[in-house]
Amino acid sequence: MIPPPFEYLRPSTIPEAIKLLQQHGDDAKILSGGQSLIPMMKLRIARPAYLVDINRIAGLSYVKEDVGFLKIGGLTREAELEASPLVRSKYLILLDTAHVIADPQVRNLATVAGNLAHGDPANDHPATMLALGAQIVATGARGERVIPIDDFFVTLFTTALQQGEILTEIRIPVPPAHSGGAYFKLERKVGDFATAAVAAQVTLDGSGNVQRAGIGLTNVGPIPIKAKAAEDSLKGKKLETAVIAQAAQLAADASQPSSDLRGPADYKRGLVRELAMRALSRAAERAA
Amino acid sequence: MAKKQLVRVKVNGRDREAEVEPRLLLIHFIREILQLTGSHIGCDTSHCGACTVLLNGKTVKSCTMFAVQADGGEIMTVEGLMKDGQLHPLQEGFKEEHGLQCGFCTPGMLISSYALLQHNAKPSEEDVRWGISGNLCRCTGYQNIVRAVRFAANKMAAAEKKPEMAEVAK
Repeated sequence: MIPPPFEYLRPSTIPEAIKLLQQHGDDAKILSGGQSLIPMMKLRIARPAYLVDINRIAGLSYVKEDVGFLKIGGLTREAELEASPLVRSKYLILLDTAHVIADPQVRNLATVAGNLAHGDPANDHPATMLALGAQIVATGARGERVIPIDDFFVTLFTTALQQGEILTEIRIPVPPAHSGGAYFKLERKVGDFATAAVAAQVTLDGSGNVQRAGIGLTNVGPIPIKAKAAEDSLKGKKLETAVIAQAAQLAADASQPSSDLRGPADYKRGLVRELAMRALSRAAERAA
Repeated sequence: MAKKQLVRVKVNGRDREAEVEPRLLLIHFIREILQLTGSHIGCDTSHCGACTVLLNGKTVKSCTMFAVQADGGEIMTVEGLMKDGQLHPLQEGFKEEHGLQCGFCTPGMLISSYALLQHNAKPSEEDVRWGISGNLCRCTGYQNIVRAVRFAANKMAAAEKKPEMAEVAK
């Protein structure tokens, strides 16, 4: 499959890239890992006239803690996230998530930022970032702005990023002591999109009661879903079986799956409930 | 037609260059322009891994990347495995352990296994299965591929040990 012709532009700085994006407007697309964009171009679903390849911009690939946030650079690959000692020791929910995205070759190119900016509810990081309460840093001609993840996903394949903006950093508040999270996904085979998946992140207080809970759902609606009622149901409670089961049911109620090749809607709702139970139980173990 | 751009790469140790359309996929560049037809086009949709090559030491699916993106990089294809007329231990492993039947997936399997052994010289069965999880085989059921990769790991470990033993003997 051969994509339609396009002009290839390779800026070496962020301002240069933004200038090119402004100049070409809707005819331009950012090429980052390209693992969603290139397949769409080969199917001719996407037909950009200009590709702005940001891969050669220096200094955008990092995973570090800095002033209260875990910061992930806009060009950080999934494989780099998986290999990061910080992620492996302290952010197991991110490790869970990166592990089940596509396959090793795709993870060598695919970026965390691209997984979010693509605005695909079937992608895995959106649910995890909703659970973690992340912030998105968008850089445009007027500088940086910070978008809370709750406001980031607008509609199918549409995010709050404006034309001429680049997702340059993801910020995750460093979780306090007694925090833990997990991501559980059912996929038909390695590399498939989730039939459904659930991300859960909890913080417990000194006596083991839930202080904060975040729950995100993958591929069960037109956008990634934050299961707010389920989160609220956990506050101030101990993560006992009945409490987890109730929250899991509320998460299933918040899902809006459609029937497709991966299964009927009722099955997917049941799956969300089960995966939410597992994710919350694992999160509780990790927070203890 | 978009204007052509110069792509310069080092492939299996040799400098190669060509002017290509930006939309030319890396796999077509490798197969049609460089005439290295070892890497295969299987699904052409980033699933099967038959087109896997090493780019700057990392495995990539060359059907899901443009040749212009690889400009300035180092590529290794399956043709780069054999050294001085000797099969690479992985190639030998696939032969000895019947790691292939039709052979279509083999170039990608070899490159993914090569990358795996670079970071993990002694992979468990689980590690091998994880390492080749981006490569599909429809013939073998993977059993013999896993054996082939572990054959190569053992052979490479034995070859590394020899100089040490020579050291002890001194």
